[in-house]
Amino acid sequence: MTNPTPKQRKAVSLISGGLDSMLATQAMLDQGIHVEGINFYTGFCVEGHTHAIRKKDKAKPKRNNALWVAETLGIKLHIIDVIDEYKDVVINPKHGYGSNLNPCLDCKCFMVRKAHEWLQENDFDFIITGEVIGQRPMSQRRDTMPVIQRESGAEDRLLRPLCAKFLPETLPEREGWVDRDRLYDFTGRGRKPQIALAAKMGIDDFAQPAGGCCFLTDAAYSNKLSDLWSARGDREYEIDDIMLLKVGRHLRPRPHFKIIVGREEGENRFLEGYRKQFTHLYTTSHPGPLVLLDGTADADDLQLAAQLAARFSQGKAADSVRVELHEKGAEMRILDVKPLTNDEIPVGWYL
Amino acid sequence: MSHHELDARRMLCPMPVIKTQNQVLKLTAGDTLDVTCTDPGALNDIPAWCRINGHEYIGHREQDDEIIISVRVGDGD
Ligand code: SF4
Repeated sequence: MTNPTPKQRKAVSLISGGLDSMLATQAMLDQGIHVEGINFYTGFCVEGHTHAIRKKDKAKPKRNNALWVAETLGIKLHIIDVIDEYKDVVINPKHGYGSNLNPCLDCKCFMVRKAHEWLQENDFDFIITGEVIGQRPMSQRRDTMPVIQRESGAEDRLLRPLCAKFLPETLPEREGWVDRDRLYDFTGRGRKPQIALAAKMGIDDFAQPAGGCCFLTDAAYSNKLSDLWSARGDREYEIDDIMLLKVGRHLRPRPHFKIIVGREEGENRFLEGYRKQFTHLYTTSHPGPLVLLDGTADADDLQLAAQLAARFSQGKAADSVRVELHEKGAEMRILDVKPLTNDEIPVGWYL
Repeated sequence: MSHHELDARRMLCPMPVIKTQNQVLKLTAGDTLDVTCTDPGALNDIPAWCRINGHEYIGHREQDDEIIISVRVGDGD
C-alpha cells in the first residue's frame, strides 16, 4: 500500500504591497504551500488616490502595489472592501492610537480577524503576515504578537514566517505543513535582513513604504480628521469625508464651516464631482479654483467664503473679483468681492 | 454567455477593481463585462487583476473623460 499524497495546505497571506508581506509569501511558496493574497481596503489606504487625483502625478500612473506583488509572486489576490466595518476600528480603538490617529494594533487584529473569517469560508488552513517583531512601535512588538492572535480569533493558525523563530510554534509548524527550520528570525527596524532575503529570492523590485501603510499615520491628515470630528461634535465619518480630506487646501475660518480649495486642475475636477452635495463657489472674472463649503454658513459667512475663493484665484491682487455662489438648495447668486489679503487670513485657519 | 455593464465612475482605485471583482464572482465563464471608470489607474489595475485571477482583459476605449474597460470572465484558474 502506498501512502496517500499529503494534502496540499493552503495559506491566505495579508498583502500590503510592501516588501515584508512579499517575502513572507515567497517563503511559504518555497515550502510548497498554496498561497492566495488578501488585501483590505479601508478608505485610508495610500494606494492610488491622490495620485489619481493630482494631475502632475498622472504622467507616471501609479501601480497598485498589492496587485503588483501578487502578480510578481504568481498568486491570486482578493481585495476586500471593509470601509464600513473599519469605522469602528478608527472611532473606538480599544488599544488607542499611535502617534497620530493610527489605531495600528486594533487595525492588525481586525485584519487578521477578517482574514480568519475568509479562511473559514474558503477552507484554507492558516494565515500568514509579514510582521516582524520590533518593526513598528505600536503593533509589531513581542507583547502584541499574542494579542493579535487572541483578539483576531486566529490563535495558532497565524504564522509570521519572518520572525517565527522568536515565537511559539504555530499549528502549521507543529503539523509539519511548514518546516520551522526554514523560517526566519528577523527583529527590529533594520531592513538589511529583508533586503538580503529579497536578493536571495530573486526579488529586485519592491515598494518601500515610508512610515505606515495608510493616511492615518500622517500628521496633517490626522489633524484634518480630528478637526472634522470636533466641528461635527461626533466621531463619525462617511467615505466621502475621508476622501475629501486627501484633496485640496482645507481652511476653517469659523467653527461651523470650512472650505476646501482645489490646488490644481486634477483636484478641481475631482471636487466637481461633489458639487451637488455642497455649497460651492468659483470665480468668473478671473481663473480660479473650485471651492466647496462644508458646514453651515449665513450671509456673512458666504461673503467671507467668496473673499477666500477670490484670494485663491488669479484675481487675488484685483480690487474686485466676481464669484458665482451655488448655495445648496438655493438659486445661483453673483457676488462681487474684494479678495482677502494674506495678512487677513490667520495661519490658524489652515488645517 | 451574456454581456454585463458596471458603472465605476467617480470611484478611485482600488474601488473599480473591487466592484469588478465582486461582479465577476456572480458571472460565469465566457460572460463579458464592460466597466466604465473615470480613474485612469483602473487601466493598470483591472488588467492586472484579470491576469492574476484568470480572467481576460479584452481591451478598452475612451469616451470623453470616461474609460470603458472590457473583461471576459475566465474559469478562475
Ligand atoms: S498604518 Fe494604518 S493600515 Fe497600517 S496597521 Fe496602522 S492603522 Fe492599519
